[in-house]
Amino acid sequence: MGSRNPVTWLGSPTFPRAARETLRDTQLRGNLRHATGTIRAKRADAVSELDDWEQLRRAGEAIKDDVLSNLDTYLVQLEEAVTARGGVVHWARDAAEACSTVLRLSRAAGASEVVKVKSMATAEIELNEALAAGGVSAIETDLAELIVQLGHDRPSHILVPAIHRNRAEIREIFRREMPDVDDSLSDDPRALASAAREYLRRKFLSARVAVSGANFAVSETGSIVVVESEGNGRMCLTLPETLITVMGIEKLLPTWQDLEVFLQLLPRSSTAERMNPYTSVWTGVTPGDGPREFHLVLLDNGRTSTLADTVGRQALRCIRCSACLNVCPVYERTGGQAYGSVYPGPIGAILAPQLGGDMHDPHAASLPYASSLCGACFEVCPVRIDIPEVLVHLRSQAVAAKGRSAESSAMAAASWVFGSHRRYEAAQKAGSLARFLTRDGRLSHLPWPGSKWTDARDAPVPQAESFRAWWRKNRG
Amino acid sequence: MSHSSGAPDAALPGSGRRVALFATCLADTLYPDTLRATVRLLERLGCTVDFPHEQTCCGQMHYNTGYREHAATLARRHVAAFTGYDAAIAPSGSCAGMVREVYPGLVGDSEIPERTYELSEFLVDVLGVVDVGAYFPHRVTYHPTCHSLRMLGVGSRPVRLLSAVRGLDLVPLPEAETCCGFGGTFAMKNAETSTAMLSDKMHHVLSTGAEVVSAGDNSCLMHIGGGLSRMRSGVRPLHLADILASTEEAPWAPATR
Repeated sequence: MGSRNPVTWLGSPTFPRAARETLRDTQLRGNLRHATGTIRAKRADAVSELDDWEQLRRAGEAIKDDVLSNLDTYLVQLEEAVTARGGVVHWARDAAEACSTVLRLSRAAGASEVVKVKSMATAEIELNEALAAGGVSAIETDLAELIVQLGHDRPSHILVPAIHRNRAEIREIFRREMPDVDDSLSDDPRALASAAREYLRRKFLSARVAVSGANFAVSETGSIVVVESEGNGRMCLTLPETLITVMGIEKLLPTWQDLEVFLQLLPRSSTAERMNPYTSVWTGVTPGDGPREFHLVLLDNGRTSTLADTVGRQALRCIRCSACLNVCPVYERTGGQAYGSVYPGPIGAILAPQLGGDMHDPHAASLPYASSLCGACFEVCPVRIDIPEVLVHLRSQAVAAKGRSAESSAMAAASWVFGSHRRYEAAQKAGSLARFLTRDGRLSHLPWPGSKWTDARDAPVPQAESFRAWWRKNRG
Repeated sequence: MSHSSGAPDAALPGSGRRVALFATCLADTLYPDTLRATVRLLERLGCTVDFPHEQTCCGQMHYNTGYREHAATLARRHVAAFTGYDAAIAPSGSCAGMVREVYPGLVGDSEIPERTYELSEFLVDVLGVVDVGAYFPHRVTYHPTCHSLRMLGVGSRPVRLLSAVRGLDLVPLPEAETCCGFGGTFAMKNAETSTAMLSDKMHHVLSTGAEVVSAGDNSCLMHIGGGLSRMRSGVRPLHLADILASTEEAPWAPATR
């Protein structure tokens, strides 16, 4: 691989460092507290309507595991089916290959502007930046994605990338960045949506090329599925002459029957809806109806190496619903940008470092530690990704990549002490001397690294006698 | 200590059971009162309690921080220390969870994981008691710790046990199931995010007007209680075992040292 994988943002500080800044953003804290609290409750209601939710989750897990174990077969089957229906399949090893393919195809179609359906895969490869460098401007048509783009900002949520913005900020962005917008534009959500709608309508009608991602691809027929809420996707998928879809190779489903499971799992987990408003499905090209050219770019970008990790590969089951973000107490407080990747939250903490494939990068290595391992993410995941298990697994990789450090020495020392109950008891006795640091029954100031604890919390008061010493004396 | 010696009473739910106290390194070192309470409670219910001296640490801190090899060494040690007992009982959901859920993948076949119980599980499922004869005339709110809730699935067991305690006024904790922000080394590695989580947890605890915040893990209580103490809040962290061990004859009293 020639270039750096853009799945993590170049120059990102480590998670603790980034979080230190974002935790101070009161607007962000307020927005996320409200938004995630609301969606958490709604998701719980939507899921509780189904008696067979647990079975659906297990079915989703099993279908995706089958796909991952037989990816070679299903991918070739998909390619054959798409080709047979008049589509063209392109294979991209990494972000650079995928971007240059899309740029080449856009230019060949004579486009200086492409409209985009919200897509994580294209955000992961920084397609918009690559197209711009090649003289093609990409217009995001999902409302939240448009807000991020016009604000020259970065996304902070998988489903609602502008979740950190409020309506006053959105109005300012629109007034500054949208040509012809009425300067008296109010911050009423309806007025903001109308302004975006007018702006986008002109783009839909003039664009010759659309770029999308894919939620699913059914390999038996070569059909691609996009689910969305705003109707912008339907516009992009039907109006332009050329449609280019960039899809991660793990997005496959073997059959239409499998799709039934995921069309239940995804909307309830994601937007807490029984069904999403728009589900678009297309197969190759249909003369006289919709795009005349269809290109499918199959993206690896770290997926094959992730697949090689027997514990970590379950991250590839992800259907990008963002339920794990919405329940995560860490995400709720730090926001998404602290993760320094287009994939934030618990899934991002296991997906971004794996796709990036470089645990020597201090930022990537900090991501698996961005969790208290509370397990709320695993509990809601519609495809049962055991995120805490993978986090811990990746922590081992981070430790191995780092080699010797103050922490590894301390851990080795602790392990040596715990390796004998006599050494352990001696250490307990030595530790009880810290009693002399207590004042008025409190221990409020410890030297570094204990200060990381006592900056905000009192430390437990050391005991004169451990339990084991007491037991030996009284019961042994 | 009237129940600590002599023949166990055959009519008691724990009669004839020889159990090992899985003390956890944290409680052994910092919360010996909780362990003495656990022993009193189990003996009151008829169990014969032993403390395997070879035990040190289950390896959870090493495992969760990414030091798998050290964790595996400590895990093998732990398994050896607890071999030969009917049950190992820990007043901790996360340490019991480590042994039961993580050990099988870490040290392979052993009977120890399935014989390891968190205290409330052992009382309700194995001994079949909900009313343990406790008395605790205080207003209490209960924080269900993440690993007891999601790793072990203890569900409503602790709340059922607390509800049967005479004199106890149990107040529900808002957003109870949200993590307090401890997370082991997380509290040090991501201290500021941990503190942000803690401040919300303390806000909810204080909103209940409870005098005592209880939980099944001293680690989480060390975190919540450390924050409450720093705020001079006047709310006391107290382990479930300390409450369940308290009786009319020997009511709980703050330790004097």
